[in-house]
Amino acid sequence: MAPGPDQTTYFGSPRRLIRIEKVMKMLEVKDLHVTVEGKEILKGLTLTINAGEVHAIMGPNGAGKSTLSAVIAGKDGYEVTSGSITFEGQDVLEMEVEERALAGMLLGFQYPVEIPGVKNIYLLKAALNAKRAANGQEDIPAPEFMKLIKEKIAEMKMDASFLQRSVNEGFSGGEKKRNEILQMLVLQPRLAMLDEIDSGLDIDAMKVVADGVNSLRAEDRGILLVTHYQRLLDYIVPDRVHVLVDGRIVKSGDAELAKKLEAQGYDWVQEESAA
Amino acid sequence: MASQEMEELVRRDYKEGFVTDIESDTLPPGLDEGVIAFISNKKGEPAWMLEWRLDAYRKWLKMTPPSWAHLDYPPIDYQSISYFSAPKRDEDRPQSLDEVDPKLLETYEKLGIPLHERAALAGVAVDAVFDSVSVATTFKKQLGEAGVIFCSISEAIRDYPELIKQYLGTVVPVTDNYFAALNSAVFTDGSFVFVPKGVTCPMELSTYFRINAANTGQFERTLIICEEGAQVSYLEGCTAPMRDENQLHAAVVELVTLDDAYIKYSTVQNWYPGDEDGKGGIYNFVTKRGDCRGDRSRISWTQVETGSAITWKYPSCVLRGKDSIGEFYSVAVTNGRQQADTGTKMIHIGEGTRSSIISKGISAGRSNQSYRGLVKIGPRAKGARNFTQCDSLLIGDTCGAHTFPYQEIGNSTATVEHEATTSKIGEDQLFYCQSRGISEEDAVSMIVNGFCKDVFQELPMEFAVEAEALLSVTLEGAVG
Repeated sequence: MAPGPDQTTYFGSPRRLIRIEKVMKMLEVKDLHVTVEGKEILKGLTLTINAGEVHAIMGPNGAGKSTLSAVIAGKDGYEVTSGSITFEGQDVLEMEVEERALAGMLLGFQYPVEIPGVKNIYLLKAALNAKRAANGQEDIPAPEFMKLIKEKIAEMKMDASFLQRSVNEGFSGGEKKRNEILQMLVLQPRLAMLDEIDSGLDIDAMKVVADGVNSLRAEDRGILLVTHYQRLLDYIVPDRVHVLVDGRIVKSGDAELAKKLEAQGYDWVQEESAA
Repeated sequence: MASQEMEELVRRDYKEGFVTDIESDTLPPGLDEGVIAFISNKKGEPAWMLEWRLDAYRKWLKMTPPSWAHLDYPPIDYQSISYFSAPKRDEDRPQSLDEVDPKLLETYEKLGIPLHERAALAGVAVDAVFDSVSVATTFKKQLGEAGVIFCSISEAIRDYPELIKQYLGTVVPVTDNYFAALNSAVFTDGSFVFVPKGVTCPMELSTYFRINAANTGQFERTLIICEEGAQVSYLEGCTAPMRDENQLHAAVVELVTLDDAYIKYSTVQNWYPGDEDGKGGIYNFVTKRGDCRGDRSRISWTQVETGSAITWKYPSCVLRGKDSIGEFYSVAVTNGRQQADTGTKMIHIGEGTRSSIISKGISAGRSNQSYRGLVKIGPRAKGARNFTQCDSLLIGDTCGAHTFPYQEIGNSTATVEHEATTSKIGEDQLFYCQSRGISEEDAVSMIVNGFCKDVFQELPMEFAVEAEALLSVTLEGAVG
């Protein structure tokens, strides 16, 4: 059924006019096949994420969980042999890495990269201004930026000294992950992809990270969580849970599915899908 | 051979030129004693100066060019270079910015160079567009009141012969090296700064290189003296790319600090690096040395080297005075086919002397870069200390970075530390930035500037901003 005019909004970027339906397929991955160094990792993955939804991808090690978010973000070394990725009607595979980010897809890294000598606050500002420029806006005025940052950094329970440190350099595992979420809070992506954001976190740090992610939940935003453990999903309750085994989503369900996986492991899903 | 005949003809012209055509503005290529006499005469120099030059020339003839550097270039034909060219007359220059190559102006724009300076840099007849003449006059007056002398080396030879006799060639002796000897014989340009006892120079002093005629060598001679307790910050060169067809640059810079004096010498070098194959680029063979003659004196070199096809340059400090300090902060960027062999020498002679070296080398394209540093601690340099940090950053996999640290420690009380790293701009670093919406070019420049931060913070503020922009321009297209 075609949505009526009141369910449709338009917004323009300098180069295109985009129509947004109230309920729309934000991200659509269809029959995606991906090889890495000649080895097929994703073997026909299909996934749809609508605005307002939180999806969790779970699965055993080596199933291709991280590959999915890396391919969507545009990381080098992943060859898409067939299938498609569409984001708000745009062909993602045709876009440069930064275009994907500017369109609103943001990847939180499992292993955030260190950049010596580049201050954290500088990276944040450069990223925010790149986004503003893409939307035809001026650079953010310094006082406004400082106000925004102070607010967000408090939300992540981070010390202001983080801003002056080099990006991720000498950060502990927990600090790095908080920093990833901080970037999300500042950049306000339309699709937030978080790759094993819970790995290496103690329980307190995980609560802070989860609070940050929960505060990102919004009607017009999709969230994709990649995780190995159900633990995180106690704090961020997903709308949909997908089990990724051997390059395919073999089972999807609601939050209860994650609990079952926690209790029973992955073997039963694998057996079920093989049957 | 026709070319030999030609050469002889040219030489004959020379002698005639020297004897009869004193009004001539440019010498044909070639070098002999007649040419040196011509230069000295043109500059209105006293006889002792001519003798000094001729002595240098005779010594130079017996010397051979250094071959130890990690550089590859064909032998230089010193007879194919012209050694004197008067500045262009105003009517021969562009009369306004409209007449200047738009590409050059575009680069100035990218570098954020102020409008009125662009005109000067592009060689526009300055008086026609420069409104800063009155500012300059005010500044000169202030300097004069403070007792600071700031003029061309030629003026200094005429007007302050005693100072020149006392200091010229005492830091870099005529026979120091092949290029220094050549410079001593034929130098025509350069600056002289004298800051008297107890005076802090009230402003930063700066010399911009200007555009010269084609096929002439550029031989600057700079001499800066700070008497007891005096201080000066001196800026050489500029960030703007110079259209320059001179093949050979062989400058000599000498700095002298007496007790408690401080000279901060900053350079941004952006000579033409040649085309993609490295053709037509500048050969830059420079000797820069500071002599901390006085106790507690300090000399600080900061350089940002992005230009030239060949760079051969080792700004050094001789730490003679007790507790004197030598510093060297360097960023060298090579791209395309550029080659750079650069570094420093810290010679510790006096007790309690200290030196620090921070060198950042960035290689991209098919360029090759070497850091060469000597730390020498003499037997009398009790408690001397050196810290060296030498980092290389590679962009792509067709460039090279090499480190040649030399240490000669003649004293067991000395402390010498050396740290070195080599890293590549990681694909993962670029991806990280790009996945935040930052373009690849901006990401490279951000990472490179981060890498160079320790050195940039030593530059005077405005210079640092220009240097950052310059790095981005130099590395344009280095990735991808």
